[in-house]
Amino acid sequence: MIVLGTYFTIRNGKYTGEQWTDFVIFGVAQGSIYALIALGYTMVYGILRMINFAHGDIFMTGAFGGYFVAYWLNGTGFIDANPFFGLVIPILFAMLVSASIAMLVERIAYRPLRDAPRLVPLISAFGASFFLEYAFRGFFGPGKYAYPPIQALTGDWIILGVKILKVQVVVAVAAFIMMAALYFVVMYTKAGKAMRAVSENKDTAALMGIDVNRVIVSTFALGAAMAGAAGVLFALVYRQVDFFMGFTPGVKAFTAAVLGGIGNIPGAMVGGLVLGIFESIGPSLFLEGLGIPRAYQLKDAIAYTMLVMILLFRPQGILGERLSKQKA
Amino acid sequence: MKNESFLWTATKTGLLGGAIAVFLCLIGMVEIFTKRFVIEDVLTLGQFILLATSAVAGYIAPRQISTTNEQNKPINRLVAGAIAGLCTGLLLTIFVLIGNKIDIRAVFLNASPALYDILTLQKGISNAWVLTALGAVTGLIGAAFLLLPSTVQRPIYRGLLVLVFMALFSGVFRVVMVSQGGEWERTAKYLFGQTGMTTNGTIIFVGITILWTLLWSAKGESVKANYSRVPKTGKISIRVVLFALLAFAALGLPRVSGPFIAQVIVIISLYILMGLGLNITLGFAGLLDLGFVAFYAVGAYTVGLLTSYGEFGLQHIPFWVSVPIAVLVATLFGAFLGLPVLGVRGDYLAIATLGFGEIVRLLAGSDFLAPFFGGPRGIIGIQKPCVGFLEPFLKVDVPRICNGIELGQPQDIYYIAVASALLVAFVAWRLRESRLGRAWMAIREDEDVAEALGVNLIQTKLLAYMLGAAFAGLGGAIFTVLIGSIFASSMQLIISINVVALIIVGGMGSIPGVIVGAVVLIGLPELLREVSEFRYLLYGLTLIVMMLAKPEGLWPSQAAKRELHHSAADAD
Repeated sequence: MIVLGTYFTIRNGKYTGEQWTDFVIFGVAQGSIYALIALGYTMVYGILRMINFAHGDIFMTGAFGGYFVAYWLNGTGFIDANPFFGLVIPILFAMLVSASIAMLVERIAYRPLRDAPRLVPLISAFGASFFLEYAFRGFFGPGKYAYPPIQALTGDWIILGVKILKVQVVVAVAAFIMMAALYFVVMYTKAGKAMRAVSENKDTAALMGIDVNRVIVSTFALGAAMAGAAGVLFALVYRQVDFFMGFTPGVKAFTAAVLGGIGNIPGAMVGGLVLGIFESIGPSLFLEGLGIPRAYQLKDAIAYTMLVMILLFRPQGILGERLSKQKA
Repeated sequence: MKNESFLWTATKTGLLGGAIAVFLCLIGMVEIFTKRFVIEDVLTLGQFILLATSAVAGYIAPRQISTTNEQNKPINRLVAGAIAGLCTGLLLTIFVLIGNKIDIRAVFLNASPALYDILTLQKGISNAWVLTALGAVTGLIGAAFLLLPSTVQRPIYRGLLVLVFMALFSGVFRVVMVSQGGEWERTAKYLFGQTGMTTNGTIIFVGITILWTLLWSAKGESVKANYSRVPKTGKISIRVVLFALLAFAALGLPRVSGPFIAQVIVIISLYILMGLGLNITLGFAGLLDLGFVAFYAVGAYTVGLLTSYGEFGLQHIPFWVSVPIAVLVATLFGAFLGLPVLGVRGDYLAIATLGFGEIVRLLAGSDFLAPFFGGPRGIIGIQKPCVGFLEPFLKVDVPRICNGIELGQPQDIYYIAVASALLVAFVAWRLRESRLGRAWMAIREDEDVAEALGVNLIQTKLLAYMLGAAFAGLGGAIFTVLIGSIFASSMQLIISINVVALIIVGGMGSIPGVIVGAVVLIGLPELLREVSEFRYLLYGLTLIVMMLAKPEGLWPSQAAKRELHHSAADAD
């Protein structure tokens, strides 16, 4: 059916090559945000075998943190004067906010339940998710906040003959830098080594003199920092911040993590990109050819269909291998 | 050195309490709760929660010290409590002072002048230090409470609990009682104010509770002993009488209570239906389904399409005929969704089912399938159930006329919902004791071992999905006639999460647990509509606290109790 839809769409020729490139680039920008969030899911799952359902809301807290700094900087005219720092400072602050909140959540809602049956921390995570959402609704009200635009990032660049929105380029580049940094930390630093050791086997790692608690906290903090940065990037693209914004990207990012093979860090990155691109081109490419009206409404359905398909036919994900033999 | 840690522990507890108090201020809880009284014209709910934080800090601080240190002397405990309370109050004072200097309202919406007025008791900024003093005093009281013997502690504690409970629900009681008129109305006005209790009501309720607790602690043992001496036939007849009373109350309730309470009970019953359904898949068979709302949606849409007199109505058959069809369709759908995920385990299963649930919602709400399911406009004009003869269908958008009793109001749907919940509870209970139930539990404990012992995995798992789906479909069917319309946008993931949460909070695998869970997680928030601002905040908090304090649930099954006591030993 997908093939058929694709065939008809391409034959109809409703979209030009340029539009397809637009779709793909938007998908990359969107996907890199998913990938950043997905990293947090994957790292926590890798270590605790636990779905941190509140992670989407950690992303939201970061967006709020970034928003208020950006708003303040915008008021003083700082952003227009130094667009680079106008972007970086909110991101750093958002990372700080998200990491601190994630550490609090871990301490209060997860740590005491580490040895409980698996459903117990999951329910606690649902609780933490609601709590964060509605605490922020209490703090900042139910309205939507408009993220201040960065003048230098409006308009588009022409790269290799293709017109690309500046924001999308910046978002994708920023996300890739963050991911590269994270990859470096996990693969080449002592702390990263400790993380990988704990995710292999907690008890053995403890015997090797690793402070497991500290590693778990730093994993939460690191994953949350990525989500916080993603929050600001998301706000840059969509221009709005509200208390419920974490839910859908959270579920999507989880899909991305599963897609790439949960517990696998490069997998989360690949999964995010694949999901973003499919979501972006999918409705037009697969569905419109079949004569489905307003196919963009089914964008999310494509994401979930991919999720289900992956789980049924390749549960270890695109890159994952380690978990395939284990009982999930 | 010892003294330092003593001070530090008390300070730390107090600061934590203070942080919580400031948090409550910032999320706007204090300001909104100040509009409600606990005791009319004496104490507002806002003041109460602030005083409670410092009192609790004062109560907790000495206990932490006495476990780390051996400073159990009463005077030390009192000092610790006072310090903790003082710190709580101090933080609030600092908050008020800062808020007065710097306008933090640009960020925190609730840091308004009104809030500072509440905190300084309307007396202006000079009064801010009173907060510190007040904190110290309540902290002291909290610590003093700890020193009392348990015979005195318990009645006070229960009295306070009853006070808070009655104050929160006073609106509900008042509305119900006033609607009866006459003597009832006068009593209601004597006991309950517009919000909260009257002073008289407080004295009466707290007095009764204290007296009752004292009486029970004095005579309770002998009453229990007497009851255990009653012969078996006597016990049975006591139970029969109690049950008859309960049934009588259940029958009469909606007539007395009016539509609001009836609707709340219908919603609780619907969640009980779904909870019992998921309890089969999750509680018995251990298959975590996060897309449970899909079956609910299937039940709802089936009834909607079959009975609606709107443009999407297909058959215009009576509700009673459509319900079994809806249940059947949901069951088949359970098999349809269950088949592909048979081999998927654990967390992966949860995510796959979550995906299914979302796909169903997105498809039902899309323009793609709008010619069948109404898309975003939903299905409206669902025929109400009719006891008696239903006139034939004439034309679109004209309801069929019911010659007999039309069950249109929540008070009428109540009977359908409660009866279905009871029926389904009975079925679930019989299923659990059956061969199939044992097979499910075997799968839950260990799939591989169960298979080795001759359990047909495919058949057993599929049956779990199908029966779970059937119950949820019934829930959806009843929900449809309650609301009279269906919108895909209401079939959110949150319904699935609610159902999972109520099962876990009630006690996994336990049938009474499902009922308790539904009442606590669904019923209480529905009744407390007045504090709806904080409904989900409190809901989230309840989930976390429940998992920390009582992970086996409020009414756990025997097996779960045993399991949890072992799980710490063999958790991997």
